Amino acid sequence: MTKQILFIISLAITLGVFAWSVKRLWAFFKLTKPSYPIKNIGARISHTLDVAFGQTKIFRKPVIGLMHALVFWGFLVITLGSIEIVIDGVFGLERSFAFTGWFYDFVMASGDVFALLIIVFIKAFSLRRSILRIKRFTGVEMSSKSYWDAQIALSFIGLLMLSLLAFNVGYISNHPNGYEGVYPVSAAIVNLVNLDLGWLQEPGWWIHILLIFVFANYLPYSKHFHVFLSVPNVFLANLEPLTKYPNLESITKEVKLMLDPEAAYDESEEVARFGVKDVEDVSWKNYMDSLACTQCGRCTDVCPANITGKLLSPRKIFVDLRKRMDEKGPIAIKGEDDGKSLLRDYITEEELWACTTCNACAQECPIDISHPNLIMDMRRYLVMEEAAAPAELNTMFTNIENNGAPWQFSPEDRLKWTEG
Amino acid sequence: MTDKKLHVPVMADLAAKGEKPEYLYWVGCAGAFDDRYQKVARAFAKILNHLEISYAVLGKEESCTGDAAKRAGNEMLFQMQAMQNIEVLNAYEVDKIICTCPHCYNTLKNEYPELGGNYNVINYTEFLDEMIQDGKLKLENNPFKGESITYHDPCYLGRGNKIYDAPRNVVKAVFGDVKELKRSRSFGLCCGAGGAQMFKEAEKGDKEVNIERTEEIIERKVDKVASACPFCMTMLTDGIKLKNKESELQNLDVAEIIEKALEL
Repeated sequence: MTKQILFIISLAITLGVFAWSVKRLWAFFKLTKPSYPIKNIGARISHTLDVAFGQTKIFRKPVIGLMHALVFWGFLVITLGSIEIVIDGVFGLERSFAFTGWFYDFVMASGDVFALLIIVFIKAFSLRRSILRIKRFTGVEMSSKSYWDAQIALSFIGLLMLSLLAFNVGYISNHPNGYEGVYPVSAAIVNLVNLDLGWLQEPGWWIHILLIFVFANYLPYSKHFHVFLSVPNVFLANLEPLTKYPNLESITKEVKLMLDPEAAYDESEEVARFGVKDVEDVSWKNYMDSLACTQCGRCTDVCPANITGKLLSPRKIFVDLRKRMDEKGPIAIKGEDDGKSLLRDYITEEELWACTTCNACAQECPIDISHPNLIMDMRRYLVMEEAAAPAELNTMFTNIENNGAPWQFSPEDRLKWTEG
Repeated sequence: MTDKKLHVPVMADLAAKGEKPEYLYWVGCAGAFDDRYQKVARAFAKILNHLEISYAVLGKEESCTGDAAKRAGNEMLFQMQAMQNIEVLNAYEVDKIICTCPHCYNTLKNEYPELGGNYNVINYTEFLDEMIQDGKLKLENNPFKGESITYHDPCYLGRGNKIYDAPRNVVKAVFGDVKELKRSRSFGLCCGAGGAQMFKEAEKGDKEVNIERTEEIIERKVDKVASACPFCMTMLTDGIKLKNKESELQNLDVAEIIEKALEL
């Protein structure tokens, strides 16, 4: 009974703190603009099965991809076990999902094996960060905070798996005459170690579930929030062709007005700012992308501008967006302003103009973030609100306006190529 | 150019005669004005003539799709261009449009519909591939016998619109084989000119993007590199020149390969 009460109190604290974090983020989301409508649920489900559950984009780097995929699939089965632990804890039961029979055996056996695999891979991931110098884990946006964030999250996951194994080992030892579920790794440990390991069951159980509770509340402040947000982010992804850049509706109205002077002007409509200057101008999807981003750097790794030494790093755009929202969000909620903005105080014009919109970053992103569209949204602000395009681009604009071509040629000469 | 004048039907002339062609060939600004890409426009028009396709161009009535303006942030200018073009296209009741430029293709196909321009937009590599598959385009000669070729994926064709196989099929129909680059298909490296970069100097860095790409092509040790985009054409041609490899490596457009194979 005491155990039950203690457990319910810990669960309540966990949910309470988590709800507070969600409320804070919700208020930030309310500052953002609408995004594309979420339609085609069928296509979205199959896209999610492919990219999220099938890990197809992760496998674009096959070796590390397989390790990630095994950790991800392991997490899925282990999560079922965690739900069981919560139900057991609240109602004072033991192995309450055992009634599912072969399914239970399958889930427990996979969880037990995955736990060991995950420990091995997590150790490899951690060493990869501390020993190997991998270029995509460096960059101005990768602070030491980001490094420790990764190491802390990896340690959490490692300890979660160790405690799960300890719990399983203790449970098997305490039930010499038969137990629920199948545990290949833990049973092997029990057989190998000739000691009574029954005492591991209770501490293993508690440490495992309490770590989950703490980890869950650490995540909303970590780049490892992707544990929660990457699957929804893939589900809500932009399914249009990568190079389709949405038209601005507010401009369509203005252009129609210009071409047809008789069209009525609706004065009741608020004149919106064109493009993105600060966090209030981004869409909710842009902000969600920034929260879901794991900072893996696959985007920056393939960016032609970054490869050739330019300032642009697609990852930095989204790291900056999240940072700026942490700074501006609480101020903006109060209706105040700090005189700073995402543009210039975080992201420079030099970065924005270096993008070739080749979409290598968006193609690579394992959770379908669209970097070029946000970069172009910021260019829209620069050009349409400040007329701050590089001089050569202004020349190109003038040429299109005057001659209908980006170069200075007369439309009268449009058939010259046929003349030879 | 030493070639003689090409017969290229113009939409307005056909309309005056009460005729309506099956296809509109959207030449694009590069096809109309860029010295190097004019040759590609000529090559493609010759192929259309050879196949006796019913087509026309807009000629003086064609105007920039607005792609570069849009990617550079000038949505106002883009939409002005789009609305004007759509007005012209709709007045001629255009249905099928063939584009050589993948930037024009992407804009017409993906960004015009919401502004009232709904057409069946076809990329010329898809068109050529289909003509070969259907047996309408017969390629018996290989003027490049003994030469090897690689293919550089234009971003707006490949990653943007998932057209990877059509251009390769066309090149293979003549060369028999395409040697793949280290970074190809969806992993392809940009030439450096997309997103309005074509019209400005690059930002400060260690290297130009087209040099990075050209070096990769040179490493592949091929005689030819095929591409299917006017911007890629410019960037790779410049890269090859800068690397002093013009005698060993030439840049050809997919349409030019067919033109040469057909001896047009």
